[in-house]
Amino acid sequence: MTPHVILRVVSKFLIPLIALFAFYVQFHGDYGPGGGFQAGVILAASVILYALIFGLDEAKKAIPPSWVRIGMTLGVLVYGGTGVITWLLGAEYLNYSVLAEKSYNGQHYGILLVELGVLLAVASVMLAIFYAFGSREPDLSDEDW
Amino acid sequence: MDILSAYPAWLITHGAALLVVLPLLLGAITAILPRERLAWIVTLIVTLICTAAAFGLLLTIFGGETQLYKMGGWDPPHGISYVIDGLNTPVLLLISAMAVLCTIYGLPSVAAEVEPKKRAPFYGAFLIGVAGLLGMVATGDAFNVFVFLEVSSISTYVLVAMGASRDRRALTAAYRYLILGSIGATFFVIGVGFLYMETGTLNMADMARILSDLGGGSRAALIGFGFIIIGLGLKLAMFPLHMWLPGAYAYAPSFVTVFLASTATKAALYLMLRFTFTVFDPSFEYVGTVLTYVIISMAVLGMLLASLQAIFQTDARRTLAFSSIAQVGYMLLGVGIGTAASLSAGYLHLINHAIIKGALFFAVGAFWYRYGITRVEDFRGLSKMMPWTMGAFTIGGLSLIGVPFTAGFVSKYNLASAAASNGWWWAVGVIMATSVLAIIYIGRILLIAYFQDPPEVDGKVVAKKEAPLMMLIPMWGLAILSVVIGLNAYWMDRAADGAAQVLLLGVGG
Repeated sequence: MTPHVILRVVSKFLIPLIALFAFYVQFHGDYGPGGGFQAGVILAASVILYALIFGLDEAKKAIPPSWVRIGMTLGVLVYGGTGVITWLLGAEYLNYSVLAEKSYNGQHYGILLVELGVLLAVASVMLAIFYAFGSREPDLSDEDW
Repeated sequence: MDILSAYPAWLITHGAALLVVLPLLLGAITAILPRERLAWIVTLIVTLICTAAAFGLLLTIFGGETQLYKMGGWDPPHGISYVIDGLNTPVLLLISAMAVLCTIYGLPSVAAEVEPKKRAPFYGAFLIGVAGLLGMVATGDAFNVFVFLEVSSISTYVLVAMGASRDRRALTAAYRYLILGSIGATFFVIGVGFLYMETGTLNMADMARILSDLGGGSRAALIGFGFIIIGLGLKLAMFPLHMWLPGAYAYAPSFVTVFLASTATKAALYLMLRFTFTVFDPSFEYVGTVLTYVIISMAVLGMLLASLQAIFQTDARRTLAFSSIAQVGYMLLGVGIGTAASLSAGYLHLINHAIIKGALFFAVGAFWYRYGITRVEDFRGLSKMMPWTMGAFTIGGLSLIGVPFTAGFVSKYNLASAAASNGWWWAVGVIMATSVLAIIYIGRILLIAYFQDPPEVDGKVVAKKEAPLMMLIPMWGLAILSVVIGLNAYWMDRAADGAAQVLLLGVGG
């Protein structure tokens, strides 16, 4: 029997739901409270819960630190790239109206893209911070206490 | 103008946003680049493009145009707008040009001072810092200023801490800078919050209009002003709030020291000018009182005490750091007197000091690069061991003292005559006294370097080893520039007068 069997079973149930809820918050941001920042934190929390229950090494196997580094950059680039696209289409930076024929559609697509970038960046940064603290070797081993 | 017609039109029309977006996005890419050389090349190209754009914008300013760039196409005051006018464009050019010089200098210097694994992220953090500084100077939105203030601060904390592989004290210096810098940024945002409470807007031009309609506003505006002055004072190392500065300058990698000394504090000073004169107005009673009593007394105390402290430092970088605090005093004195001539002189000193201190810190970094020395007493015989580097240091030092035909002389002379024409002869006396103190602390280094023999190791005189060319180019570039300004300050005066005009008349603001 592995230890913490109840925790493991319950969190196995919860983790997919937490991740799903993150995306609900992400897309609900269009119509109500929510958005990329909150969703990113919730998405990262699901991975952090996984790491707490199954160990940091397992979590790093599921989401490798190299992905996290790329995710941080990609998030910024999706956000900034949206602005660059609007530049190429001849408008001001981040003027979403030119992204579609109707300006209100353009505003809609624009904010979706930008929020996606925020989601990626926030989730990756949260994980990067968690990995950085979690990977530190403790100065005292548990037996020394 | 001829040069301007060679620019692609989009570089000017979208220049304000490009200056911020380009280093920000490429900074993110640079951080994950696998090879440091690639990261260096990207950094160089980005900073060069920014310099070209800032230069183009400066030419349009000289042509008499100001620009309002609407981010996302939203009209001010609701959207964030970027304002390009006579006040901020010279600072934009200063920041991006210093970034280019630092990058050139960085090729040998970063390789010597930063661990190999951290070099590509180092350049990434540097580019993001550049983006933050350019952003807080270019923006016309008070909250946007705070965002970019934090972007630039956080990356400079990281950059200062990178000095740890050379000297572990960089970590405590970075931590102290982090704590004090965060307090400064918090004070600033609290101040902006009070202003928002008073005016209901975040756009600076709109704030200025509402505040002047209210005749200065209620106590909320007064408190907001206090918080903003203290917050920015921390960031620009106004005298009693300078405790973070000597450590951060002394233990950061030399590349970062130059960049911090010549841009970060200058951008904060620009913000203080912007807020005191264009958002608030010196004609409001509380603003006038703060300028005359607080800013000027802090400026004078800082000039005298920090110069005295500079004399007693054993470490050359700390000497220069304390001298920086004293020089901030000169600029604040110009701000405090508040006439067109004094503002122009203070603004000119802001740019000149960035050039002078850049050259000096470049040289001190090169001494460390070749011989691993930073203590003043170890500078024995450096004039024979590194004649070119010592030459640049000497020109920079003379300029810092304010010897005629150097940049330092021009701005100190303008400042002294501005004070004199206001009838403030005691201020002229203080300027003279601190110049004498500067002769002592710079002269002390020069005496040791020129009139003592090089040290001997194992019975042999230490060999001559000049700094690499990549270090000499930016160093001498700045040294020559400071002499050129000393000989003919026409363009500098024109830029500074333009800035003073924006401050006092709100022209183009």
